[in-house]
Amino acid sequence: MAEGYIELSNVKKSFGPKHVLNGVTLSVPKGHSLVVIGGSGTGKSVMLKCVLGLLQPDSGSIRIAGEEVVGLKGKARDAYLSRFGMLFQGAALFDSLAVWENVAFGLIQGRHMARAKARDIAFEKLGQVGLTPEVGNLYPAELSGGMQKRVGLARAIAADPEIIFFDEPTTGLDPIMADVINNLIVDCVKRLGATTVSITHDMASARKIADDIAMIFKGEIIWQGPARTIDQSGNPYVDQFIHGRAEGPIQMDVLKP
Amino acid sequence: MNIFAHIGRATLALLAEVGRVALFLKDALLQGLTPKIFVRQILEQMMRIGYFSLPVVGLTAFFTGGALALQIYLGSSRFNAESLVASIVALGITRELGPVLAGLMVAGRVGASIAAELGTMRVTEQIDALVTLATNPFKYLVGPRIIAAVVTLPILVGIADVIGIMGGYIVGTRSIGLNGYAYIRNTADFLEFDDVTSGLIKAAVFGFIIAVMGCYHGFNSKGGAQGVGRATTNAVVSSAILILAANFALTSLLFAE
Ligand SMILES: Nc1ncnc2c1ncn2[C@@H]1O[C@H](COP(=O)(O)OP(=O)(O)OP(=O)(O)O)[C@@H](O)[C@H]1O
Ligand SMILES: [Mg+2]
Repeated sequence: MAEGYIELSNVKKSFGPKHVLNGVTLSVPKGHSLVVIGGSGTGKSVMLKCVLGLLQPDSGSIRIAGEEVVGLKGKARDAYLSRFGMLFQGAALFDSLAVWENVAFGLIQGRHMARAKARDIAFEKLGQVGLTPEVGNLYPAELSGGMQKRVGLARAIAADPEIIFFDEPTTGLDPIMADVINNLIVDCVKRLGATTVSITHDMASARKIADDIAMIFKGEIIWQGPARTIDQSGNPYVDQFIHGRAEGPIQMDVLKP
Repeated sequence: MNIFAHIGRATLALLAEVGRVALFLKDALLQGLTPKIFVRQILEQMMRIGYFSLPVVGLTAFFTGGALALQIYLGSSRFNAESLVASIVALGITRELGPVLAGLMVAGRVGASIAAELGTMRVTEQIDALVTLATNPFKYLVGPRIIAAVVTLPILVGIADVIGIMGGYIVGTRSIGLNGYAYIRNTADFLEFDDVTSGLIKAAVFGFIIAVMGCYHGFNSKGGAQGVGRATTNAVVSSAILILAANFALTSLLFAE
């Protein structure tokens, strides 16, 4: 495979005795949308945090546009991060700031834009995720979980970043709003030419937004391929996951009554 | 169980903690106190740390000044040395009790709130979100709190000095029956510039301790509400102990003839 825009090779990460990533190797071409699927607790969020440098991988290499990014510091790291947008699984909104200030944060602090201009952009992005201007003046604690998620999404795309990570963008949304968000993600890739990595459990969403799909299991990528081939993957783990069957090679550690 | 193993483990844990605090301190100083400076954050923290601590610190100083006057009167009347009341109150408040009690009260009020706020931001990934928005959390969160505490604590203590001496004056003139004019003249004659400045220097150091310990424990909290609670307790206890220890060290240093 040609050198991807985002390239992880053999990334490992443990927390004490607990091995979370056991050598993740993954490649995303520029302008592509990769969806990562996989069971709960298999290390999907940890993988994104390693790429962002929020967690330090124990070993392995992560390259963005051919440049090694593990261990970047100071200015180089800020410059690197300003190319990213990230939607956190738990939204992670700043609860001391109003909703619009959350969305405008990267523009004002990271890009030194004037507050008034950043405010206009923030309200525009809020509109794109289906939130009315009144919501912009509320505080995150006054929003429902799904609304917080959408604000997080607006914040992630506010600065029109080159690379966007979405950690479960549609979890907690109603099916219609989930589809609106799916369209928005597709649009980000098309319009901005952004490269995106999304994590989801929602196969409908995955099929809609993915160019490629990768499946992670026990800290390793066990399958990666174009989205349309997922039904013919020939991989029993993937088959079990996309059909949501309790029986199969993936065993959930639950106590049977 | 072997008692030496216990002692050894406790010693190692303590040394490890000291090392972690030292590393945090390095980042706080090199990253938090160098440009870029977030003026808005500094002003906001000055309000929260300084202005809103005024009532607590003022009341503490007032009652302490009053109690001190009463005690000194009860003690010194045995030697017919009532004229000492004013001067000892002034010395005691400006050199020791003003800074120490203000420091301890602010440690309880502000140290706890800093640790709780940053701890919550840590466990809800808000600090990670800051990083992904290309904003250094040491500059945005830690630096402004340290600057605000170091600047406002001396101001608070200056005010506490005045209120404490006033407390002594009120008790001295109203309930003990000292001459008001003589009380003020005794205070003014006896009090030297160095008495006040030594207290203000102490206050700045205490402010530094409070902000650093609050931020350190908040930043390193993990594990949800319980972890934040633990961080809050540790922040208050450690800053209170450090304040008392630093006070002893500073007293020996500043008043070494
Ligand atoms: N900071 C941390 N300290 C210790 N263990 C961690 C930490 N972060 C994650 N883990 C562990 O790593 C494993 C993977 O976590 P991760 O959040 O990546 O899961 P996930 O694949 O995103 O799951 P989900 O789909 O439920 O979000 C979990 O078992 C978790 O306990
Ligand atoms: Mg996750």
